[in-house]
Amino acid sequence: MDGVAVGSLYALIALGYTMVYGILQFINFAHSDVFVLGAWISYTLAVVLGYAVAQPPLWGGLLILVAAMAACGAVGFTIERLAYRPLRSAPRLNVLITAIGVSLLLQNVGQLRWFFGTQPQRMPSLIEDKILGTLAGVQMHAVDVIGAGTAILLMLVLEWLIFRTRLGRAMRAVSHDTSVAALMGINVDAVISFTFVLGSSLAAAAGFLYAMKYPGLNQPAHATWVLLGLKAFVAAVIGGIGNVRGAMLGGFLIGAIELFGAAYLSPHLRDIYVFSILIIVLLVRPAGILGSTVAEKV
Amino acid sequence: MKPTRVLVPLLLLGLLGCGGGGGDKGGGGSTSAPAGGGSGSGTILVGHFGSMTGSEATFGQSTDNGIRLAVKEQNAAGGVKGRMIEIKTYDDQGKSQEAGTAVTRLITDDKVVAVLGEVASSLSLAGGRVAQQYGVPMISPSSTNPQVTQIGDKVFRVCFLDPFQGWVEAKFARETLKANTAAILYDQAQAYSKGLAQYFKEAFTQMGGTITTEQAFTGGDQDFSAQLTTIRQTNPDVLLVPGYYTDAGNISIQVRKLGIKAPMLGGDGWDSVKLAEIGKEAIEGSYFSNHYSFQEQRPEVQNFVSKYEAAHGQKPDGLAALGYDAARLLFDAMNRAASLDGATLAKAIAETKDFPGVTGKITIDPERNAKKSAVIVQMKGGIPVYVTTIEPTH
Repeated sequence: MDGVAVGSLYALIALGYTMVYGILQFINFAHSDVFVLGAWISYTLAVVLGYAVAQPPLWGGLLILVAAMAACGAVGFTIERLAYRPLRSAPRLNVLITAIGVSLLLQNVGQLRWFFGTQPQRMPSLIEDKILGTLAGVQMHAVDVIGAGTAILLMLVLEWLIFRTRLGRAMRAVSHDTSVAALMGINVDAVISFTFVLGSSLAAAAGFLYAMKYPGLNQPAHATWVLLGLKAFVAAVIGGIGNVRGAMLGGFLIGAIELFGAAYLSPHLRDIYVFSILIIVLLVRPAGILGSTVAEKV
Repeated sequence: MKPTRVLVPLLLLGLLGCGGGGGDKGGGGSTSAPAGGGSGSGTILVGHFGSMTGSEATFGQSTDNGIRLAVKEQNAAGGVKGRMIEIKTYDDQGKSQEAGTAVTRLITDDKVVAVLGEVASSLSLAGGRVAQQYGVPMISPSSTNPQVTQIGDKVFRVCFLDPFQGWVEAKFARETLKANTAAILYDQAQAYSKGLAQYFKEAFTQMGGTITTEQAFTGGDQDFSAQLTTIRQTNPDVLLVPGYYTDAGNISIQVRKLGIKAPMLGGDGWDSVKLAEIGKEAIEGSYFSNHYSFQEQRPEVQNFVSKYEAAHGQKPDGLAALGYDAARLLFDAMNRAASLDGATLAKAIAETKDFPGVTGKITIDPERNAKKSAVIVQMKGGIPVYVTTIEPTH
């Protein structure tokens, strides 16, 4: 169950990496920091709303989730508008370096006293923790079931959005060929902005769910967050970067491998399992499990 | 898409992750010996390096508060040799490469006469090597790993050591908690945690107890379910977590979530207000060993607690008390020393005998350590409540 819960979080984050890559062909290194931001905004909101002292109402969690998603969506939009759009025609390496810069900026701004500070904090629990039952010898904790359920629901919504709506079609078109899409009358800038908003709010949702599952939040620039972001990135690569369904699959795969490895082999090597899988997939199927090999245009 | 597209950014990220890893080479040795500040007038500069931010931030902040209180009192009483003391604090963010850099900066740039710090043993080891290299005395207020003062003749400490602390915890577990079996979950990245786990294990088995399993984590980890599931299967009477408070808080949450009922036991690394803030109800009832308790009735303790509360508005934890003791012991040695150059000052510190500290009488032994008693406290209602004092017998 832990594997599914953690895997769904990796999948949510991986979606952000993969969507941006699909459209702009660059890795948004600041994405994992948006995820951290989501977790910390959730914490701040929960404290401001007084949920640390009083038992929160049932819709309290939902409220925070939506608010955090909206806030991070706005941040994602701003990042794209201010940092990446001016570099749209610049070489890809410049954008990549800018992304690292944005990542460092977010980490360090987050550490300022009037943001989140430099100390770990305890996320108030919004869902009463109880064991819902045992399935084949596995304890089902309410936090895990609700967490994984929310994540899967969000992914279904995304799936619908991308494959069943006009906007989704526009996104796929831009991803396929930006200039042709523009010629067809698609507002490319708007689609790219929307992609960032979508990816960032999914990362925020992952941040919220992560804070629910692991309520002792590390300070914003802690190395653990970087590692988490990296694993989600690995999930995107394994699934086939640029492929939305691949990211979901990769997320669940990584979550399962990490936790099963930790449980049955050795917990000391949990990170090694993840990165070994990456190496194997890159060797055997460089484009990722669901990725398609695209001929490079020169 | 070609695979290289993916690999290049990955490599870049890897580089970012390791960046700064090998940064602390100390500074080459022969160039620019520190001025020492033995003669002349003006203020005497003393350095402090500590984790003012990060997962162990309250360690550095408490220690700094304690040191500053001692400095304020010393200056109000006329300073040392008629000169005022000035303290310079650098943040090492709880990272060993930063600790080395901070001490190098204190010694080479600021020309401090002595260095105070760190709490975490791994960081004292990093900083102590630099201080030793430059011949500037360093006093660690609260690093308990034996290796720290083995660096050389310039590195001292004013707290007890982990072999003793491990023995205290084992004795308490065996005699008071009546535990026959214990499981250990330690931080494999911290010298302190590894050492304490080892000493507890030796003492506990010597007293007739059995260690059911030893599991490891890495500081900052969030998921302990694999280790704790194994521990649950062995059904220990007590669970030793010799780590730092952030991790201990996180672990306690998952311990209770998994339904492990055994009491948790920790060391002085748990000593922080943050422990209860993170662990909340999960940490209630757990015990840890410490250097002192603000509830002890000894007059020097109560006197210090009221002064500290007036200055900083909170109860002093053990690290604040040790910071205060370390600074006052240093000033005492400075007063006795003929001059303030490294060798003379180190000799004066080494000659300290029966210094009346808040955390007990301090005598620096030939290994530059202090032999002191330990207290056991229990988390009740979010504060550590004094349980008992255990004296060294060997």
